[in-house]
Amino acid sequence: MSRYRITGRGRVDHGATVSFTFDGKTYQGLRGDTVASALLANGVHLMGRSFKYHRPRGVVTAGSEEPNALIGTTRGPGRFEPNTRATVQELRKGLVTESQNKWPRLSFDLGAINDRAYMLFSAGFYYKTFMWPKSFWDKVYEPFIRNAAGLGKSPTEVDPDRYASRNLHTDLLIVGGGAAGIAAALVAARSGARVVLVDENPEMGGALLSDPAVKIEGQGAWAWLDDKLSELRALGVRLMTRTTAIGYYHQNFVALCERLTDHLDTPPANAPRERMWHVRANQVVLAQGALEKPLVYDGNDRPGVMLAGAAQTYLNRYGVRVGDNVAVLTSHDSAYHAAFDLADAGSRIAAVIDTRRDIRTDLLDAAKQRGIEVLRGHSATGTKGRLRIKSVRVNPVQGDKVGASREISCDALLMSGGWTPSLHLFSHTKGSLSWDADSNTFLPDRKTEACHIAGAGRGLWGYAAVLEDGVKAGLAAVEALSRTAQPRDLPVENDRPGTGVSHTELPTDRSPGKAKAFVDYQNDVTAKDLRLAVREGMRSIEHVKRYTTNGMATDQGKMSNINGLMIAADALAKQPPQVGLTTFRPPYTPTSFGAFAGYLRGETFQLTRKTPIDPWAEAHGAVFEPVAQWRRAWYFPKAGEDMHAAVARECRATRASAGIFDASTLGKIEVAGPDAVEFMNRMYTNPWTRLAAGRCRYGLLLGEDGFIRDDGVIGRLSDDLFHVTTTTGGAARVLNMMEDYLQTEWPDLNVWLTSTTEQWATVALNGPNARKVLEPLVEGLDLSDDRFPHMSVAECTVAGLPARLFRLSFTGELGFEINVPARHGLKLWEALMESGRAHDICPYGTETMHVLRAEKGYIIVGQDTDGTVTPQDAGLTWAIGQKKPDFVGKRSLSRPDIVGKGRKQLVGLLTEDGSQLEEGAQIVLDPHQSLPMKMVGHVTSSYASATLGHPIAMAVIEGGHDRMGEVVHVPMPDGVRRARVTSTVFYDPEGARLKA
Amino acid sequence: MLLIHCPYCEETLPEAEFAYAGEAHIARPADPSTLSDEEWRDFLFIRTNARGTHFERWRHIHGCGRFFNAARDTVSDRFLTTYKAGKARPDLSAVKEAAE
Ligand SMILES: [Zn+2]
Repeated sequence: MSRYRITGRGRVDHGATVSFTFDGKTYQGLRGDTVASALLANGVHLMGRSFKYHRPRGVVTAGSEEPNALIGTTRGPGRFEPNTRATVQELRKGLVTESQNKWPRLSFDLGAINDRAYMLFSAGFYYKTFMWPKSFWDKVYEPFIRNAAGLGKSPTEVDPDRYASRNLHTDLLIVGGGAAGIAAALVAARSGARVVLVDENPEMGGALLSDPAVKIEGQGAWAWLDDKLSELRALGVRLMTRTTAIGYYHQNFVALCERLTDHLDTPPANAPRERMWHVRANQVVLAQGALEKPLVYDGNDRPGVMLAGAAQTYLNRYGVRVGDNVAVLTSHDSAYHAAFDLADAGSRIAAVIDTRRDIRTDLLDAAKQRGIEVLRGHSATGTKGRLRIKSVRVNPVQGDKVGASREISCDALLMSGGWTPSLHLFSHTKGSLSWDADSNTFLPDRKTEACHIAGAGRGLWGYAAVLEDGVKAGLAAVEALSRTAQPRDLPVENDRPGTGVSHTELPTDRSPGKAKAFVDYQNDVTAKDLRLAVREGMRSIEHVKRYTTNGMATDQGKMSNINGLMIAADALAKQPPQVGLTTFRPPYTPTSFGAFAGYLRGETFQLTRKTPIDPWAEAHGAVFEPVAQWRRAWYFPKAGEDMHAAVARECRATRASAGIFDASTLGKIEVAGPDAVEFMNRMYTNPWTRLAAGRCRYGLLLGEDGFIRDDGVIGRLSDDLFHVTTTTGGAARVLNMMEDYLQTEWPDLNVWLTSTTEQWATVALNGPNARKVLEPLVEGLDLSDDRFPHMSVAECTVAGLPARLFRLSFTGELGFEINVPARHGLKLWEALMESGRAHDICPYGTETMHVLRAEKGYIIVGQDTDGTVTPQDAGLTWAIGQKKPDFVGKRSLSRPDIVGKGRKQLVGLLTEDGSQLEEGAQIVLDPHQSLPMKMVGHVTSSYASATLGHPIAMAVIEGGHDRMGEVVHVPMPDGVRRARVTSTVFYDPEGARLKA
Repeated sequence: MLLIHCPYCEETLPEAEFAYAGEAHIARPADPSTLSDEEWRDFLFIRTNARGTHFERWRHIHGCGRFFNAARDTVSDRFLTTYKAGKARPDLSAVKEAAE
């Protein structure tokens, strides 16, 4: 074992060695280590390079707020993760890790040249450096930015892990398992309330884990913890570790991300890696503690410089001394305990450098006892050491005067600039904060949710105060739950209370303009950058933040926000609360996309709706396409056929004899009741009063704005019953719209609406021989053209099944649509296939359906229309009941912009060279005009037509109806196509085939 | 995720069961043909966009299917009350007092 690890100390298992690699080199750590503590135990401080300047960086914290020690971890194929915080990643056997932002290697990085080119990267460099000349953008700036931007490497493979999600309802959720959270839980659990206590660390205890000398209720801190956690378990409290409360949303809805397997040597097969909990809590206690602030001075980012509290954690929790010769720089009492603990563990304390002049005598005495030199009223003005700190330069400060410097050698420099209450979750709720001038920090003020904030999270310091506050929060929550609980006295011995002061940059005798005094380590923002931003006119903290990127890294400024604010406020000569704080947003810490997606990926991303005939299509080699949530047979290729060949064959077979098509996905709504016809008259553009029972009609639905929303054939089965069909994707929207009008505008109408889409299987039969195929199967109905003409509907029996039979056509051929109860759909299909064998019946898919309808100029709502197309634009004026006093959208059809000239209108297009146009291609009138050309429309539908022997297209073109016969131009990458404007009906314009 | 009280089901349920349906109390004119272009434009497109209390419609689309009205604060997102379609705007003074 290395000399930095103290045998027997800490909460790690000294009997269990775990080996891992970092940048290819194998290291030994202990079970219970993080990657950071294990590397420190091996004397390794250099863990990464910074984002912008590629400066060597070491670990600064021991928690999830870590800005520097970001590593890539590998858990096997497809399981690479960038930007994992080395302070959070627990050691497991065979863990492979690597440092980031370095090239070619961590100890020698060519990118560090950026460090010399500081001026290029100062505040606002995104806006300034890369502005000019324009020609530099493609060749110089963008490749440079792409190369430099981003932390770590993105994984390149699909994440093979599973992620889970769960709902949880509870009376009380406590966030943070430190002293305050445990105290609150102890009180609340005894009241009988359901309590959930969560903590992001592998074990509960918070700061107590780093302060074993503290005694509570007469017990050592760790023994007390064991005791109380058992008590909580016995009381039925749900204790969740490795669980981060990432977001706090409305009405006490809190999202928790639980990490389940990343710490295991061999995760169970198929176990989820992470689980997202959606918690709804009646009451919430936020006991998230406080985060230590760095001090800001030149060279405060060298490897070996870290927070004093972190060093204390490494020592007491992991048994790791962070150095042999440790200097301590502080403005807060808490750092003294780190110094004392390290001194007692055998490190030399080079000095305690305190920015304050007045220091508590008990701390001075304790330092003296240990032979530690305390420098009062001193500033740090520089550090030395390339890959690890070698010395710190300190100067006495007297008023404005900075005295002569002194160099203190050290191999680690601990710093404490005081503590910031962790109020991120509270901020998510839009809870307001108020500035506390005494502690130079923001404290929680007005609450918007049923929550209670306890402990260091609201600025308290020392275990006695924090425990008492936790009890109080627990009692308040219990009271809000209308339960009763007893207060509890939790006496503390060896407490470590303390206070401190805050600073902007520490005073220096050198030119502040040359200092690299970092405020935001992760985004490489210095104090100078912040002052420059203010000089260049930024006044609001939100502007300063965006201009400098301070606090915009993945740690959301957990360490930098208050320091940044103090400096910006100083530069603006304002009080910090007048400058304000930037907003924290979820998630609290970076969270994997997998955890958010949960089960919703791959096949379970969205449900796939299948028709009753889908198994037949699958068995017969159909190629499928998704249409809304449905999967539909697209075409049925035979051996050796591509899509083009299959579709051409299907089209020809249907026009020549008979084609069969699964139309079950059509939306179906039953409109029933005494006022059904009145309702239909008001909803649809068409007149319905005189449509006789047994007849059907094409129906057109508009929005109140006059634009086409949906269409479909509607059959009147009896005076008070309509069978409405909608587009496949529009069914739910149309029903919602109908319900809206029925419930809120015309509640007096006696009408019932029922979705019947999934109750009916629908088979379309088309072609000159369609009747011959169908007739033998039909009972109770004469299918002859006089008795059952085009646009008829009847109830009858088909293949022994109860059926609603429509005679209609979406192909231009003699056509029928047979609806039978869904469970019989496959039986009907098979009976028709059998009956059609003599007529070479041909199953076809959606592509052939599209071609056949386009040859006839039948529109598809949503393809040939786009939400700005009126019936006039689409050439559907004939579908409007002109005599009706009103219907949805009627008034809009006389709006000035809708009757005006130059609207885009639907027309047909035929290219002069016989080539096929691309759907979506833009249309211009004059191809010789200068760029950018005026586009007058676009191609909406385009197909090869086997029937006609040439391609056909539909398009919307400005004033298109007045341009019949004109030539328009379609510029494409390989040249401009000339196309002639035609009618949209390309085939059988007289409609003779329909009436066969 | 908000919790929403359906005045028909008389239950408070997660937002995922509901769909937003625009501003409330905008009745379709009884005879649109008598409206001027400007009046019709206002009916179609002009909305309050309130900062603060906003009267709006929701549908309990994955529940009872009913449209209903709500008063909601657009700053805090909080529901002040919900009420059945066709009812007049409620007096919110009591609700607001309780919320403060
Ligand atoms: Zn309901």
